[in-house]
Amino acid sequence: MRLLRYGDRGLLVEVADTAAVVAVAELVRSHPLAAELVADVVPGARTVLLVARPGVPVARLSDVAPDERAVAGAMAQPRRQVRGENPTRIPVRYDGPDLAAVAALTGLSERGVVAAHTGTPWRVAFGGFAPGFAYLVGGDPRLRVPRRDEPRTRVPSGSVGLAGEFSGVYPRPSPGGWQLIGHTDLPLWDLDRDPPALLGAGATVVFVEVR
Amino acid sequence: MTRLLVHAVGGPCLVQDAGRPAHAAIGVGVSGAADRASYALANRLLGNAPGAAVLEVALGGLEVEATGLAWACVTGAPAPLAVDGRPEPTGAVLALRPGQRLCLGVPASGLRSYLAVRGGVDLPPLLGSRARDTLAGLGPEPVRAGDSLAVGREVAGEMLVDAVPPATYDERPVLRVVRGPRADWVADADRLVAQAWRVGAASDRVGLRLEGAPFTAAPGKGELASEGALRGAIQVPPGGGPVVFGPDHPVTGGYPVVGVVIDADTDRLAQLRPGEELRFRWV
Repeated sequence: MRLLRYGDRGLLVEVADTAAVVAVAELVRSHPLAAELVADVVPGARTVLLVARPGVPVARLSDVAPDERAVAGAMAQPRRQVRGENPTRIPVRYDGPDLAAVAALTGLSERGVVAAHTGTPWRVAFGGFAPGFAYLVGGDPRLRVPRRDEPRTRVPSGSVGLAGEFSGVYPRPSPGGWQLIGHTDLPLWDLDRDPPALLGAGATVVFVEVR
Repeated sequence: MTRLLVHAVGGPCLVQDAGRPAHAAIGVGVSGAADRASYALANRLLGNAPGAAVLEVALGGLEVEATGLAWACVTGAPAPLAVDGRPEPTGAVLALRPGQRLCLGVPASGLRSYLAVRGGVDLPPLLGSRARDTLAGLGPEPVRAGDSLAVGREVAGEMLVDAVPPATYDERPVLRVVRGPRADWVADADRLVAQAWRVGAASDRVGLRLEGAPFTAAPGKGELASEGALRGAIQVPPGGGPVVFGPDHPVTGGYPVVGVVIDADTDRLAQLRPGEELRFRWV
């Protein structure tokens, strides 16, 4: 683990993998001094950016950054259900344009891809691509596939995709390079809902096949 | 209830406030006024609550009419003002009587002026803020001619100060920058402070595109995994031309950050026009 200075308001905590990112973000959010010192916690793929509240010297952020032992301890614990919530169930019709390509890349059958995607719970690691988009990790490792060589200029809203260690659902139409295996009608981002994002930090997600 | 009727809009005119912090985990950035000090000053002069919404006007051109008595104030870029044709200074509290029109001309220096009214601009907030995030498309739509904006009741106290000196902006400002977490991803990070940079035409609230001799990627670094970003962060995409993130920057970014402008100097970035030059110095 490395701590990197990020201007005079930020501290970048660099860790080995996305599982450690999730652990660091949760440890910081639950730290007793977080409300006083931290304006925001921004998880990335290998980093967590801690942002100091206005007037808080950036050096004080190291008070809330966990050490390696605390991170290892948190990762060793069985996965907790976040705030006692049930996993968010996302109904998916597995008819994506890249389903056959993903089957070929993974060596699974198309039904095998569906079984792998629905068979293991996923977890929100971080957001950032668009409002309501969540990078999901912790799924079946056989589903690791590269991005498409040619990104699509328009991916429809609700598309369910895979890229690298991640799965995700596009909350609205946007360009995108992920391999699309299906789609859901469940709105990931709804301004009439409070909060508008379906998937919050650390939430557990289970994909359910619908036909 | 008093309203502001918008008769004309020049450059982009956006509703802005203190932004919506602490939503990075759901992919929502902070946004908010680009020049936070000028925004806060306008609210202070009018006795508004600190988070009251104002209009952020780029390069003037705005014309509004008050339907009832409204107290108004313009801060930031010193746009020439007129109330029903009578010149008025920026940084001063003005009374707009029913039917009177306030016009903002093009400022001689700076880019963004802030038009505030006592009570704030009242629109439905989203995640606690009325800021327009131009990248995410969140918050109130850009203000257009024909809009009618309600004046709110976000008042914190009396109006105690009549006027402050108008803002002035030095040419070729030197902004303070902290070496970035990925400065070693370019072979020549000191290039940032070794030359003057010109603000590119494609600059906006997402970022200032800087023109100058580009950076050279350090060998053998590969591809950076997406990581959190802040306003003031200076990202270097593969072409080598840096982008300084503004208030509507993406929540996470995948290019190396070679430097980060200190928070206090990011307001000055918001007042730079395309074609203007700036320099950086390490702190």
